Amino acid sequence: MSDRLRVKKTYKLYVGGKFPRSESGRSYAVSSPDGTELANAALASRKDGRDAVAAARKAQRPWAGQTAYLRGQILYRAAEMLEGRAGQFAEEVAETGGVEPGAALAVVEAAIDRLVHFAGWTDKYTSVLGGANPVAGPYFNHTTPEPLGVIAVVAPQDDPFLGFVEAVAPAIATGNTVVVLASESKPLPALSFGEVLATSDLPGGVVNILSGKAAEVAPHLAAHADVNGLDLSGVADADLAASLEAAAAETLKVVRRPGKPGTSLDLLRQWTEYKTVWHPAGMAAAAGGAY
Amino acid sequence: MFEYAPAPESVRPPIKEHYGLFIDGEFRDAADGAVFKSVNPSTEEALFTVAEAGEADVAAAVAAARRAQEAVWGPMSGTERGKYLFRIARLLQEKAREFAVAESLDNGKPIKETRDFDVPTAAQHFFYHAGWADKLAYAGLGSDPRPLGVIGQIIPWNFPLLMLSWKIAPALACGNTVVLKPAETTPLTALMFAELCQEAELPPGVVNILPGAGATGAALVDGAVDKVAFTGSTAVGRAIAKSIAGSKKKLTLELGGKAANIVFDDAPLDQAVEGIVNGIFFNQGHVCCAGSRLLVQESVADEVLERLKARVETLRVGDPLDKNTDIGAINSAEQLSRIRDLTETGAGEGAEVWQPACDLPERGFWFRPTVFTGVQQSMRIAKEEIFGPVLSVLTFRTPDEAIAKANNTPYGLSAGVWTEKGSKILWAAERLRAGVVWANTFNQFDAASPFGGLKESGYGREGGRQGLEAYLDV
Repeated sequence: MSDRLRVKKTYKLYVGGKFPRSESGRSYAVSSPDGTELANAALASRKDGRDAVAAARKAQRPWAGQTAYLRGQILYRAAEMLEGRAGQFAEEVAETGGVEPGAALAVVEAAIDRLVHFAGWTDKYTSVLGGANPVAGPYFNHTTPEPLGVIAVVAPQDDPFLGFVEAVAPAIATGNTVVVLASESKPLPALSFGEVLATSDLPGGVVNILSGKAAEVAPHLAAHADVNGLDLSGVADADLAASLEAAAAETLKVVRRPGKPGTSLDLLRQWTEYKTVWHPAGMAAAAGGAY
Repeated sequence: MFEYAPAPESVRPPIKEHYGLFIDGEFRDAADGAVFKSVNPSTEEALFTVAEAGEADVAAAVAAARRAQEAVWGPMSGTERGKYLFRIARLLQEKAREFAVAESLDNGKPIKETRDFDVPTAAQHFFYHAGWADKLAYAGLGSDPRPLGVIGQIIPWNFPLLMLSWKIAPALACGNTVVLKPAETTPLTALMFAELCQEAELPPGVVNILPGAGATGAALVDGAVDKVAFTGSTAVGRAIAKSIAGSKKKLTLELGGKAANIVFDDAPLDQAVEGIVNGIFFNQGHVCCAGSRLLVQESVADEVLERLKARVETLRVGDPLDKNTDIGAINSAEQLSRIRDLTETGAGEGAEVWQPACDLPERGFWFRPTVFTGVQQSMRIAKEEIFGPVLSVLTFRTPDEAIAKANNTPYGLSAGVWTEKGSKILWAAERLRAGVVWANTFNQFDAASPFGGLKESGYGREGGRQGLEAYLDV
């Protein structure tokens, strides 16, 4: 054993491409299931949530405006970065979750494979979900899925890494930007994932990661008028989930309730909505119908 | 303008003096005996009386729908379900004129529109979805899509039969059964549709129709349904979304709008003027996707407004049953009062109001087509849905400004773009935050084309392959 003092990491938030502490100056202790203290994580506040939404909004239009090919390459790059750091993530998953090392590595490898899977979807789901519509008139008519905008996610509590990646990847693959609240008691691998994204050419603000208490921060995200979708898949408390859904109803957000995820196409469809464009076809097509 | 002799539609539909609730295949009165009147908005005369459904009736209808879904409609093969829907489509076509006249009488909209748009498009919705019933596994929504169960549906008064068809046709095609509440002021064609279901020998309980007002709708939302589908105001949609929070009920909402109709300086102006008129005066402006905000590029604004006013001068306002009528009656005294209130605030906030010189009938609910110019984005007439024949005109200088103004609303249902330049259309269509974008046309609808909004205009789509998602557990 070397007697060199280990340099420990300060786990911070990931907002707008930067790694700030909570503006509140607060942090909380994160322990392994057996009680070993692992690190302190920033305890995000309402203001951190607002800053994250602002960063996500600013990034959304440019991100959606990138080519699907580029979005796919960036997601693939994130998989490459994660592969290179698989050992570190396996250690964090093992420590925070109390998981055997072998099982922890399998979780990380599954997350890498999910990133690769969704990287390959970016330039396909539009064709699969959209299409041309044979309307009964001389019109060109086509439908495409478009991103909803900014999605607030309460990530799964007991599946703190793979569940986190599975919540984030389909949302950003479809051109949305996200504000994700990591697992409250097991946030470390999700917070480290921000470092992977930051070195994958993902523009700042596309993914914003907060650590803290769902009961404190999520109500503000649910009520925020600049959030378009709310993912409650990680809310274990049924009463909290119901109150968050009710708060989201005020601005008619799309809500994903707690429960098992569907197929990957269901996940992609969750955060898109269809836009249909009409145009007259042919010289005889007159404008308007009724007059 | 030519004076036209009256050309009234001569067909008279067989309207009964009284209608019951349609539950489990039969008409019956409300458990508590409640009754209300439906009024012809063009004469203010009562057309018929109808039972008003209460909580007990909602429970009975939902129970009937549940039995029918589990025992008959759900297990039935898609081919057989489809044949019932084809049969309904054919019967609607056969009775098209009766339905068109009935709709004009109960709603106040011109016979030209009910005859050429509402009823044929409703029939198309049944025909289109009939064909889906045995092809759901090919809809790209998974290999084993299943029905949700019993659907509670609430529809508005602006397109009574058409909205019924948008709700019932896809729900039934996907193997669900329905309990539908038509709007309080326009129950007639839904009740005639119930009679048509009897004639089609649709199994009892598959379609249940419960006339009533807000309390009936609230009871239906709270009832033992698996899903709620609502078309109507954003305020009610918000209340429904709150009330089902934390439940297992699914929800789709098609709500209000304040659509921008953008006219660029390189637009085909003759067509654009027709599109502006169609966009805001179709159906008296009682259209959630109406082009109620005209955004016109400054360099052509004077010319567009001059042509627009000349065109609006030629619109004929009056008897909905006259085949030459362009603009019929406002649906209700309540709606007329809302239109008047908002119009007065427009003048009060400094916008300039213009109306054509046209005579209005003495009785009934009428409002002249109205154009506001000099409108600022902060004015209520630029922000709030008026749901009447009132156009607010704003101007812009650059395409970016047009998009920014168009998107400056909590709504996101529809938008219009007028330009001869294809690349500009695609540029604008991509940036407009709206579920439907009409380019060089406006107010087009089709069973094969998904319709619905973004943001506070709601979620979910109706029509097309994508519309099936709203009624399937995939």
